[in-house]
Amino acid sequence: MSSTSVAGWRASIGSSPATRGLAGIAGLVLLLELVPRIGVVDPRFFPPFSAMMGGLADLVVTVEFWVALGQTLRGWAIGLAIACGAAILVGLLIGTIGIARTMTASTIEFLRPIPSVALIPLAVVLYGSQMQATLILVVYASFWQMLVQVLYGTQDVDPVARDTARSFRFSAVRRIRSVLWPTALPYVMTGFRLAAAVALVLEVSGELIIGSPGLGNRLAVAQSSGAVDKLYAIVIVTGILGVTVNLGARWIERRTMRWHPSQRREMAV
Amino acid sequence: MTALLQRAAALLTLPVLLISLWWVVTDASSNFFWPPLREIVGVFPETWLEGRITTDVMPSLLRLLGGYAIAVVVGVGLGILAGSSSGFRSITEPALEFLRAIPPPVLVPVLVLIAGPTDLTKVLVIAVGCVWPILLNTIEGVRSIDPVLSDTAAAYRLRLVTRLRTVVLRGASPQIAAGCRQALSIGLILMVISEMFAATNGLGFTTIQFQRAFAMPQMWSGILLLGVIGVILSVVFRLVESRALAWYYGLRAAERKG
Repeated sequence: MSSTSVAGWRASIGSSPATRGLAGIAGLVLLLELVPRIGVVDPRFFPPFSAMMGGLADLVVTVEFWVALGQTLRGWAIGLAIACGAAILVGLLIGTIGIARTMTASTIEFLRPIPSVALIPLAVVLYGSQMQATLILVVYASFWQMLVQVLYGTQDVDPVARDTARSFRFSAVRRIRSVLWPTALPYVMTGFRLAAAVALVLEVSGELIIGSPGLGNRLAVAQSSGAVDKLYAIVIVTGILGVTVNLGARWIERRTMRWHPSQRREMAV
Repeated sequence: MTALLQRAAALLTLPVLLISLWWVVTDASSNFFWPPLREIVGVFPETWLEGRITTDVMPSLLRLLGGYAIAVVVGVGLGILAGSSSGFRSITEPALEFLRAIPPPVLVPVLVLIAGPTDLTKVLVIAVGCVWPILLNTIEGVRSIDPVLSDTAAAYRLRLVTRLRTVVLRGASPQIAAGCRQALSIGLILMVISEMFAATNGLGFTTIQFQRAFAMPQMWSGILLLGVIGVILSVVFRLVESRALAWYYGLRAAERKG
């Protein structure tokens, strides 16, 4: 890219990235408004953006919407907490016991790619459409995200630090707390960010397919009852929820990693 | 030779142990929901290999493949465009962040509404869900290409096609592969969900039908088949990746040694 074209963009759109980003969002909104209005898609199935916002306005004054939102958030938080707790525990255990790592590698590699939604039928026969059915999916999916990162982290321990701890005869607990955990923490935070996003996806899918209470279930109801504006309004709400989860996880990551000397190079996820 | 045996032992001990545990513990099981593994394996061939492989398994996999292929082409294409222009990127970034944050499964009811419960809908759902990780990783990969490389290519006046192939695509390919790997597991999830929500055939649909009919061993065999497909896809992906990116892994290993 040449610097003149960049300067050209800047001059025409505004100097700060924030303004340009807002312009992009405004463009998206305009597109969503115009595409149904000029008849590219059928407005009965894809209403203009203003109608979606109308649906959202109708939605946010109802009690059910806030109850559903609360149920989704609760399922997400409980599932994420269980998965992260279990994964950190198992990961540190496997990481400290040398032989466990090689013994479990193949099993983990096998279980991880199993799509969690394959468990939906089992979850339904066990729990019907209760919240627990969705919880199984959320926990299964986010557990692996976290576990794999914790295992990467425990592998990354500096050999000098490890040997130093050993020559000082640190106890196992002390070794985990002051050598293993600080090394693994950046990976744990990456795992948390990934797990938080995946947990939300599975929470909503579970609600959608199983019919357990929450936003996903409202979505299915809105679809089958033909409440199109409401359907799109809920989709927008889940998007806002997703952005909030991403930003929140990134914020927590930055807060916890403030002490960390080297800011690791991050991959886009 | 002993090293090989040791590796095989490490690889196989735990899986074999777990499977035999499952086999033994459930062998005399009279619990309706947890049928013996023997029975699940027993019904597997008649359930899936006779007929359903062409009426359910293949359509599912073809839809997954179609949607995934669309996502790769669109994601890499748009990603190269967006990655090469910082102006375009800063305009589209927040909007893309929002679109990406929408959990892909909510698109299932939306697209069913627009296009009906057709094959096209399912392919679109998979494509739309898979495109984000590929797109965002491609943007990131193109952006992080060594500026010396792109300047050299510009100085030698390499043709656009050559530059795309040898500098941009090559340089971004490790990141693109990372995006494609994420997209594959999302695609598999969406394949199952789209069939569970609205379908008349497919793996997800059939497995849910078994569950509704309380045909437990058949339902379990469906879950197993979905799991095996997930594992096979990830192994195939890893094989393709390690061949296509052999230069990259070699380079990294060399850098680490030096």
